[in-house]
Amino acid sequence: MSARQPLPNWVTIVLMPALNVLLAFIIGGLAVAMIGENPLDAMWALFYGAFGTGMGWGFTLHYATNFIFTGLAVAVAYHAGMFNIGGEGQAYVAGLGAIVVALWLDQTHWTLVLLGSTAAAMVMGALWAIIPGWLQAKRGSHVVITTIMFNFIASAFMGYMLVQVITAPGANAETRTIAEPGRLPLMSDWFDAFQYSPLNITFFFGILALIFTYVLIWRTKLGYKIRTLGANPEAARYAGISAVAVIIIAMAISGALAGLMAVNEAVGVQKRLVVGYVAGVGFVGIAVAFMGRSHPVGIALAALLFGALYQGGQELAFELPAVPSELVLIIQALVILFTGAMGEMFHPVLERIFAKKIEAAPEEATTSTGEA
Amino acid sequence: MDATDIILLLDSSVRLAVPLLLACLAGLYSERSGIVDIGLEGKMLGAAFAAAATAAVTGNVWLGLLAAMAVSTFMSMIHALASINFRGNQIISGVALNFLAAGFTVFLGHAWFRRGGTTPNLRPDERFSTIDLPFAQEFGQVPIIGEIYEQLLSGHSIIVYFAFLAVPVTAFVLFRTRFGLRLRAVGENPKALDTAGMSVSLLRYQALIITGLLCGVAGAYLSTAQGANFSENMTSGRGFIALAALIFAKWRPWQAMWTCLLFGVLSASQIRLQGVEFPMIGEVPVQFIQALPYILTVVLLAGFIGRAKAPKAIGQPYVKER
Repeated sequence: MSARQPLPNWVTIVLMPALNVLLAFIIGGLAVAMIGENPLDAMWALFYGAFGTGMGWGFTLHYATNFIFTGLAVAVAYHAGMFNIGGEGQAYVAGLGAIVVALWLDQTHWTLVLLGSTAAAMVMGALWAIIPGWLQAKRGSHVVITTIMFNFIASAFMGYMLVQVITAPGANAETRTIAEPGRLPLMSDWFDAFQYSPLNITFFFGILALIFTYVLIWRTKLGYKIRTLGANPEAARYAGISAVAVIIIAMAISGALAGLMAVNEAVGVQKRLVVGYVAGVGFVGIAVAFMGRSHPVGIALAALLFGALYQGGQELAFELPAVPSELVLIIQALVILFTGAMGEMFHPVLERIFAKKIEAAPEEATTSTGEA
Repeated sequence: MDATDIILLLDSSVRLAVPLLLACLAGLYSERSGIVDIGLEGKMLGAAFAAAATAAVTGNVWLGLLAAMAVSTFMSMIHALASINFRGNQIISGVALNFLAAGFTVFLGHAWFRRGGTTPNLRPDERFSTIDLPFAQEFGQVPIIGEIYEQLLSGHSIIVYFAFLAVPVTAFVLFRTRFGLRLRAVGENPKALDTAGMSVSLLRYQALIITGLLCGVAGAYLSTAQGANFSENMTSGRGFIALAALIFAKWRPWQAMWTCLLFGVLSASQIRLQGVEFPMIGEVPVQFIQALPYILTVVLLAGFIGRAKAPKAIGQPYVKER
């Protein structure tokens, strides 16, 4: 993008995404006005529902934890130049591992359940991501298409498992519930503020995953290899980095991170596995990673935004029944569209405003080169 | 299973293949021009809603079709704006469009019709009715050939005939016209076209308009020809099966038709194969047949059965000055 002038850093990192998000909310507001309701009431209900109470915060942070996992999954693969949009399927298959181990150990102690299901979820998620990674590295089939296909294969496979194999007696397409001794502790057990919210101990795993990803990508040899491969595969080859190994490792880490969602959602909250439990969180991870520019700090903030949207949407349904809660889906789609696919929209305008300050600004890394 | 059963199975396969075929051809124009389209699903969904809602309100199914094509083309233009003008990520744009359609259709459906996100049921005269070919009844008495004529060829809605007509038309446009040549070229090497003084953006916009129109027809078929109303997420992954079919067909129109028919047979036989014991294999889980189109596509992509080569410039925004 030679024609475009670099902008000051804070403009590209803070101002542009903020403008994009604002625009998404404005259009969402217009949709509310279109059906004859008050947009400001709806937005206030969203905001208050997400942040107004301790319970709201609890839900918001719980959803955000899911988005942290799927967002980091996309980010790690993206640093290696791989666009993993299979988080949805990886998290779904990981649910199988997590729940099988959790149900096996649930008469012992919750710490065993936590550790066992975490390990199983990561392994299953990683396995489901390694296959598309291997197919890209060895057979040249594009990872975007294979991960889409793997989402659907996962959905059929899990449908089969839940309906035919691990179904609870008398239930329809779900497993039995985890017994009392094996249930993960909720934050509300320790902090009264989070009462009635599903925020659980897995939240700390989310924080750890953020730190882990930062250290991995920017402070280790492997991370350096990952970034080199992502930035310039040709240079990586000359430097003696094995693309096949790095791709497979990066995809494995990516899948394992997506898989952690199963511990938070299926084991931690639903306490059983139901058909389609991922419900789009894997796809939202793509938006989270892009908004957060594949950096853990950005991902944490973007995950918080999407978590708040999810929780606010639930409250909206209570507060203003006339406004369908799909409003959240619309705003979410617009945020994805504006920040992910039209990120440069405000560039020309901002360029004019900040033109004089350009010479002092550091070079901005080019973003979002499309592929597939 | 006798001849009549097979003909009936093929008949329902054709019906199931039509939305796939239309969406697949839609994707063909877009991807041949160098723009990835994983938003086929969303465009179909938006179109299905527009068709059913308009037909329910006005009582005119043709206005429904028009609305479907308008909505779908509008969404396609958003994709064009993102991928051509803003040089954004085409995959993310597609994901966003899918979410957008899922949200808007239910949001507006709830607000306008208050029926939990579905649209009112359409009366027979508010839908695309079936067309009986001449002498279908009489000719149907003749065994096999007559049955094929009556069951398989006759008695479909006009969209079905349109979809199968679109195949030779697409093949002709793509391989025999100047526009087709340029379309293929812009997907392989946009720079060459630019150097020859042609507008890469204009060509890609034209391709995406066709994509939008065809997806619109596909959506209208789902809600006003095959079905009689819109229900939440009624496309249920058909856009992605169409995408798989497009890859499986190696971005070629005739192969696209055969692939869609094959996938149609797979989904039509799902219900029939339930509980059927095969010799040697035993019962095949219905989920396996559901997953088969995707598994086949992965296997093909991996180069185990032939090679699927995408248009070279696919997914890359074209930057003029460099």
